Amino acid sequence: MDIEKYIASGILELYVAGSLSEKENEEVNAAIQESAELLVEVLSIENAIVTITAATSKKDTKHLFTDIEKQLIQKETKVIPLSTPKNNWRQYSGWAATLLIGMTLLWSNSQNNKLKDQVASEKQQLEQQIEKASNNLAEAEKLITIFRDRDIISIPLAGQQVSPNSYAKVYWDKKTKSIYLDAQGLPTPPKGKVYQVWSLKMSPLTPTSLGILDTFTADTNKIFTIENANESEAFGITLEDEGGSASPTLKQLYTLGAVTAT
Amino acid sequence: MDKLEHLISQFQQKDVKAYEELYNMYCNSISGVVNTIVKNDDVAQEITQDVFIKAWNKSDSYSAQKGRFFTWILNIARNAAIDYTRSKKFKQSKQNLNSDFFVDILESSDNLDDATDAIGIREFVKNLSEKCKSIITLLFFKGYTQKEASEELDMPIGTIKTRNRNCIANLRTMVGVQ
Repeated sequence: MDIEKYIASGILELYVAGSLSEKENEEVNAAIQESAELLVEVLSIENAIVTITAATSKKDTKHLFTDIEKQLIQKETKVIPLSTPKNNWRQYSGWAATLLIGMTLLWSNSQNNKLKDQVASEKQQLEQQIEKASNNLAEAEKLITIFRDRDIISIPLAGQQVSPNSYAKVYWDKKTKSIYLDAQGLPTPPKGKVYQVWSLKMSPLTPTSLGILDTFTADTNKIFTIENANESEAFGITLEDEGGSASPTLKQLYTLGAVTAT
Repeated sequence: MDKLEHLISQFQQKDVKAYEELYNMYCNSISGVVNTIVKNDDVAQEITQDVFIKAWNKSDSYSAQKGRFFTWILNIARNAAIDYTRSKKFKQSKQNLNSDFFVDILESSDNLDDATDAIGIREFVKNLSEKCKSIITLLFFKGYTQKEASEELDMPIGTIKTRNRNCIANLRTMVGVQ
């Protein structure tokens, strides 16, 4: 075949355009297999066409593949290939089915054993989780009883200048002379610092330390039970150096709330 | 060219990553062709998505013996776009159907931001003869067979072939391939 003439005929351009008949396409493809020169020519034509057609796309569509991808994977699992029945399909499919059933049985047996092991270890995990949950539940129930008790006064502590977004709540049980401090609204204290809780009397201002929250970071629910036998008029929380202070550093007053007279 | 063949065979084994590469190679061409037929870039984007999903679903039907992969997907795209132009939705939008719309697209100024050789292509299209514009439109954008193009343009098939080759030749030099 005269390669030059073949190329000059313009058939390769039509090949890339898809304008040839199926038979002609096969002929061109066969010719390309024979001659690297033709392949190079086809690639060059294709490249030119890809470029000019891409130039007519008003928008860049490359980013759309993620959308397409989602649909591909869904569809892929749904596709059930149907093979067209051939001669002797009854015979073959009978044997194939027998073989398939045999293999399935073997396979499912091993899967079953695997599953049994899996179930055993899952059971153990679940038991641990339930145990943990019921402990939490007991704690939560205790809290609810405390909060529902009529003799308990609740005092919201609002954020102060150093930390306006902080908040806390004190539930004061005068009967048992203790407070339950919900300190979830406080930020984690910086290293070397600790929160200190104060009971305050107003006139004159007399603070009494109720203790430091040295387990603040470790405590998950941030609820602390603290004894308080004082006739408190307000509660405050300050940030102090590790170990606490004798009197509150008022510049580091995080939250404060007054007990409303009942 | 091994790489392209490799990608295509992975695509036929439903490899999404390989398909993404093929997609990136051809998506703008496909959406460009669709856009020249439907004349609406939003619709063109939608149809382009459908085309690539369809191609994935019928990946088995592609065979290198029947032609180039690009040509195969180009055919799916043109058919999808032409189907759309037959729909009610399209007819209601009353598009003007001049034959060389791709020239209009290329000559309008607000596109092609990121196509590096956009100016070269615009220049190329500007200097194309009217005959070339029609031939390129019919063969590449509309998917006419050589016989249909020959009837439409009232030219013998042999002339269509050689004309088309000459029209594409300049573009090839400009795009810079061998």
